[in-house]
Amino acid sequence: MNIHEYQAKAVLKEYGAPVAEGVAIFTADEAEAAAKSLPGPLWVVKSQIHAGGRGKGKFKELPAESKGGVRLAFNLDEVTSHAKEMLGNTLVTAQTGDAGKVVNRLYIEDGADIDRELYLSLLVDRACGQVAFVASTEGGMDIEEVAHATPEKILTLPIDPIEGVTADKASTLCDTLKLEGEAREDGMKLFPILYKAFVEKDMALLEINPLIVMENGRLRVLDAKVSFDGNALFRHEDIVALRDKTEEDEKEIEASKHDLAYVALDGNIGCMVNGAGLAMATMDIIKLYGAEPANFLDVGGGATTEKVTAAFKIITSDPNVKGILVNIFGGIMRCDVIAEGVLAAVKEVGLQVPLVVRLEGTNVELGKKIINESGLNVIPADDLDDAAQKIVAAVKEAA
Amino acid sequence: MSIIVNKDTKIIVQGLTGKTGTFHTEQALAYYGTQMVAGVHPKKGGTNWTGTVAGEEKSLPIYASVKEAKEATGANASVVYVPPAGAGAAIIEAIEAEIPFIVCITEGIPVADMVKVKARLEKSNSRLLGPNCPGVLTPEECKIGIMPGSIFKKGSVGIVSRSGTLTYEAVFQTTQEGLGQTTAVGIGGDPVKGTEFIDVLDLFLDDPATESIIMIGEIGGSAEEEAAEWLKEQAAKGRKKPMVGFIAGRTAPPGRTMGHAGAVISGGKGGAEDKIAAMEAAGISVSPSPAKLGKTLVELLAKESA
Repeated sequence: MNIHEYQAKAVLKEYGAPVAEGVAIFTADEAEAAAKSLPGPLWVVKSQIHAGGRGKGKFKELPAESKGGVRLAFNLDEVTSHAKEMLGNTLVTAQTGDAGKVVNRLYIEDGADIDRELYLSLLVDRACGQVAFVASTEGGMDIEEVAHATPEKILTLPIDPIEGVTADKASTLCDTLKLEGEAREDGMKLFPILYKAFVEKDMALLEINPLIVMENGRLRVLDAKVSFDGNALFRHEDIVALRDKTEEDEKEIEASKHDLAYVALDGNIGCMVNGAGLAMATMDIIKLYGAEPANFLDVGGGATTEKVTAAFKIITSDPNVKGILVNIFGGIMRCDVIAEGVLAAVKEVGLQVPLVVRLEGTNVELGKKIINESGLNVIPADDLDDAAQKIVAAVKEAA
Repeated sequence: MSIIVNKDTKIIVQGLTGKTGTFHTEQALAYYGTQMVAGVHPKKGGTNWTGTVAGEEKSLPIYASVKEAKEATGANASVVYVPPAGAGAAIIEAIEAEIPFIVCITEGIPVADMVKVKARLEKSNSRLLGPNCPGVLTPEECKIGIMPGSIFKKGSVGIVSRSGTLTYEAVFQTTQEGLGQTTAVGIGGDPVKGTEFIDVLDLFLDDPATESIIMIGEIGGSAEEEAAEWLKEQAAKGRKKPMVGFIAGRTAPPGRTMGHAGAVISGGKGGAEDKIAAMEAAGISVSPSPAKLGKTLVELLAKESA
């Protein structure tokens, strides 16, 4: 689960990380009061969307020469005029896709005089199974480009979960980031704080880009991007409360209510599969036969008839879907449960497009019998290859 | 022969009394008499579990702790069906009881909990398979986990996979081709886990009954590339068997997690094409289609024997 920058900074502030003062606003009317509550004389007006590259992003509705999604303001009038221009408009960045994201919230922040921009993040390094810091002096840029062009400028430092961030490790980070004097003192305090926040809040990613050394020689968290481990949200009610559903795909929200793993894609063949690997492989084989999948959908291991019905409804609610492929290899999942779920869904929402069903595994004979005796216009398939060819052909024929 | 589990493996179940644990324990008992010997429940120690196996009632003793269950039954393996919030602690309990082989089926364990498990695991002699995996099955001998026993056939192919249902595809197709399996191992799709590809490949290369291997990976991480590199080194030492591979997620968009917590292309890493190239460079025949794993292997074996 992702949260906004201002929310991430509030979480980090609780742990004692140095962040600027700021106020989140939802309407342009609030801009002046928000700015007045901050020291000034420099303010930053920042679009709050769940995507990076905001500074270089462009608003769809504004002329091409207009400023991007993060703007400096040198007086109160400017704060308000920026807010008016930005709120309600659609910001397109390198990470949003062409559709962009509507800016519904702004963060008005106290400006800082920047001396140096650094990169710092924490994530779970799967190679060693530990939380690791990633640090570089090349802050403020796309870290993937830095990794590609100058990999020697990036340090990955795993932290032993039993020892935590030792003074040695914190020193290594300070050295990598070339921190001296007060900035080094700030760093020695900051790194253990960030690690503690990461572990206690079950974060999946904590990215500070940039972490800055200010002209006064102190460190400050200038931007913060945090996402949380979805599997751990059950123990963080405070974090769940920060969820902004307007940032998420409606079908994906509906899917998560039913505990289904769903990702919307651009093609026209809807897929319902059990198991993440088989679901990906099903997308791959559709593509292999010259068509495009409309979604990734894993109904999981313990699906009930209700869950399968919900999955089917989500797939059919996508207007791009011109055919559906149900591919189930039952291990935990029983084929008869899938068959009944499909029938229940078809009865409820109807079937306007071709449907190919491939069942294999536990209770397969019973599942096939239920489908065959239903009288529905379902195209049965014997194996994965057969299923993919049949749905691709059926969609082409209907077009 | 086989790897990891056989007819002598004695298994206790952590989370036996739940619905999932009960269902799969019944299935395991019905599979060639897999030796499920006891259950563990902190509050139900001293009671009995009863299930139905092939129409008959079957009961197993429940112990309050893994240690107690191990001492009473001589178990050398444990399978964990405990729900996500408590699964990490359950694995740690099994490690502390010095269970040699632990399988965790549970899906959705917080990564932070697995980081703690991993730290304990590395200081122990236990082997962990999973979490979020389908388990392991040696045909006609032993079934731990949730794989459907009916699709297996005793034979010569070793199967290792990051994806549960794709493991079934590989098993099903090798059965259809008449090759059968020595053992199938699902290592699971989580980013932090126990057994990795290399551990299983090492065992398959050592196992005389395993004549060929199918390895199924997916996008995310670099475990497939590391395994490919390792296989190259082994081949240079003369350790080599015919191998077929597959990578799921060729069409997955970057930055989107595909169901498994580990299946995501991020930072320009973990894409399918790089993995396929690495596997091909290690001499693995990578099947373009998940439906042609069995056929690709048959063709490869025909070529090798020609």
